[in-house]
Amino acid sequence: MENLGIVYALIGAALASLGAGTGSAIGVGLAGRAAAGLTTEQPNQFAKALILQLLPGTQGIYGLLIAFLVLAKIGLLSGGTAAVSAESGLLLLAACLPIAVVGLTSGIAQGKTSVASIGLIAKTPEQFGKSMIFPAMVETYAILALLVSILAVNAIVV
Amino acid sequence: MAKLEMKRISVYALKKDNAKILDLLQRASVIEVRDHFEEDDVFQRTDMSTHQAQFEKDRNACEQALEALNAYAPEKKGLFASLEGKEAVSVEEFSSLTDSRLETMNGAHKIIALSKQIAETKAAKVKPLNQIEALVPWMNFDIAMDFKGTEKTTAFTGYYPEEYTTDTLAAKIKEARPELDFYLEIISASKQMTCVFLLCLNEDSSEMEDALRMTGFTRNTILLDKKPVEAKEELLIQAEEMDREILALQEELVTYTDRRKQLQHMADYCAANAEKFGVLGRLVHSKSTFVISGYVPAKHTDALINALNDKFDVYVEVEEADGDDVPVLLQNNAFSSPAEGVLESYSLPGKGEIDPTSIMSVFYYVFFGLMLADAFYGAIMFFVCFILTKKYKNMSPGLYKNLKLFMFCGISTCFWGIMFGGYFGDVVTVIAKVFFNTDFTIPAVWFVPLNDPMRMLMFSFVLGLIHLFIGLGIKGYQLIKNSGIKDFIYDVIFWFALLIGLIIMLLPSEIFASIAGSPINIPAVIVKIGQGLAIIGALGIIITNGRSSRNWGKRLMKGAYELYGISGWLSDVLSYSRLMALGLASGVIASVFNQMGSMGGSSIFGAIVFVIVFLVGHALNLGINLLGSYVHTNRLQFVEFFGKFYEGGGEAFKPFASNTKYIQVKEETK
Repeated sequence: MENLGIVYALIGAALASLGAGTGSAIGVGLAGRAAAGLTTEQPNQFAKALILQLLPGTQGIYGLLIAFLVLAKIGLLSGGTAAVSAESGLLLLAACLPIAVVGLTSGIAQGKTSVASIGLIAKTPEQFGKSMIFPAMVETYAILALLVSILAVNAIVV
Repeated sequence: MAKLEMKRISVYALKKDNAKILDLLQRASVIEVRDHFEEDDVFQRTDMSTHQAQFEKDRNACEQALEALNAYAPEKKGLFASLEGKEAVSVEEFSSLTDSRLETMNGAHKIIALSKQIAETKAAKVKPLNQIEALVPWMNFDIAMDFKGTEKTTAFTGYYPEEYTTDTLAAKIKEARPELDFYLEIISASKQMTCVFLLCLNEDSSEMEDALRMTGFTRNTILLDKKPVEAKEELLIQAEEMDREILALQEELVTYTDRRKQLQHMADYCAANAEKFGVLGRLVHSKSTFVISGYVPAKHTDALINALNDKFDVYVEVEEADGDDVPVLLQNNAFSSPAEGVLESYSLPGKGEIDPTSIMSVFYYVFFGLMLADAFYGAIMFFVCFILTKKYKNMSPGLYKNLKLFMFCGISTCFWGIMFGGYFGDVVTVIAKVFFNTDFTIPAVWFVPLNDPMRMLMFSFVLGLIHLFIGLGIKGYQLIKNSGIKDFIYDVIFWFALLIGLIIMLLPSEIFASIAGSPINIPAVIVKIGQGLAIIGALGIIITNGRSSRNWGKRLMKGAYELYGISGWLSDVLSYSRLMALGLASGVIASVFNQMGSMGGSSIFGAIVFVIVFLVGHALNLGINLLGSYVHTNRLQFVEFFGKFYEGGGEAFKPFASNTKYIQVKEETK
């Protein structure tokens, strides 16, 4: 098991896309149900409802981004594998954790907020601009976690 | 950059001109009628609601007729129909609509009657169809359904809610009345229902009835004097006839399709008139004069007064508008006005607030571009919006503004893409490597954020600080204008001193050195000055920011609490890290798709795979990142920037105009 480092790193990449992707899937799913309900009553609100549904979808992308950065770092994308020490593998795994965990939780929370915002535009469609801000507030924390993950992954020398 | 200055004008005119004056005002569309006169012995309001209601009614009829037409003869619309805007109609044409009103309304009522008739026939058709359905189990029965028996016999036609064969049913009836003689025939049998025909002698009929009741028999309710087969045929003919009738009605309705335009024009004509009478009903009249009063943008007042004086005998009074409820109309240059929609979706500036659109628009374009940062994405956005705005001249102003907004954002996106070397992500490098086996990269003009994220982060924070400082500056400007120099010093200057002092103190620290990659050397004198500034600022805030309390203890506590707002500044600045995060995200996702596309190798097959993955992937990436950039640019403006100085709460200027749905009345002179 001299190449354990790459295993750790891959676990990290997998966790990043798993956690954040799951969070987004749940969030987008929650909001999608509300959006479908709104569209049956007010079909002309489809576009607005769709935008609000998509808002919790970004965590999944952040997870993908980190996973991709890690995969590129350990050379899995270019075919060969770089020799990753167990230590730097674990470091990469740790660097993935912020977006993996915060992506999961914030995706779900943001989905719930999107549901509320869809309820808001159902009653007052002209307040669409404000309704977008509430879910975007939740996303701030996903962005902060993403930032930590990016900076950490980038700083680790393999 | 400005809120348009408003004037309050009051027009005193002769009653005989009232309809014409209102027509002129409605066409000019520059006055928001706000009447503040009380009724008295001389001046009174006239009830115009019956006129208004009549127009409303006709308008609704037109809309209903249009709906019916759309249901049976849908209007053919192109893919970009929503961009085409309203049809232009000249003033003469529009006012001549009054002559054709009766005829158009007759048409509308005819269409409504037809569609009602269609609906009724459709409802009536259900009845024969239901009867046919009910007859299905009786199809094998070859006597009339209401057959009562012959001279000597009595017949029972009906059903049981269970399944029986002739033998099991006969046994069951025998069980109830053993000595009874009867004839039994099963017409049809299923798990839910067994249809039976029974015949017995007249003298046994009451016995028979008892036996049937005891076994759970139900009499047949379809009392037709025909055999089921014949009845079904007749019902089918009935239904077919109704179908033909519906078809004929529909065809007749479709012949009215050429009236669609007429109806649309009439709907708008009636809407405009209903609005006019609504306003007329709110005005005060004396025996031979009336007054109309409202807000007019200052730049339109002279033209309006001239137009009124030219044609009528009027007296116009102009006052400064300075109430709390003066409506707000924004006016900005071509560069900034697209961002007005963004401001409106937050809130219009309230009393004493400036219109921040022009400053906001600069940051809006820059931030949007940074978050997307791809030269080709930006070029696509620019050209799509450019072509659409050029091609569809008549589109609604709101849509036009939005397209312009994205056009400018596209230019900015393209610019930052070139600065950071993003061209569909790294597509040039990937194509060169996979298909031509060479290393080729379009170098970034400035730097590649992915290779130097710290630099990008610092750049984001610096932009954020500038944005926030400008926000605080605007707050200062508003304070000077509205409440005086003292508040400006207490609430703005002290904060500037504290923040700038803190930044100077922090710059030489180790954290910044590690972020910037090299220590920042600042002369000790300047550091001292920074410390001084910070201390003055902090003390000033503690002493003055709680000044609403008279009690000094309370006041200092409040001031200290205000000082705690420094943590808000920290989180506000950190929030700008999204500029970097989103910018990296769009670039990296683009690279992921390029990488995926290149997995097919450099064969022809590989090229096809590449093209497909490229098109789908980048369309997806552009879509989702456009959304992200839009939302987060808005957020930075609404939460961080506006949080520093802007409350909004202004009311939009709603001029008295023809609020038309289908057509646009073209005005030659304004």
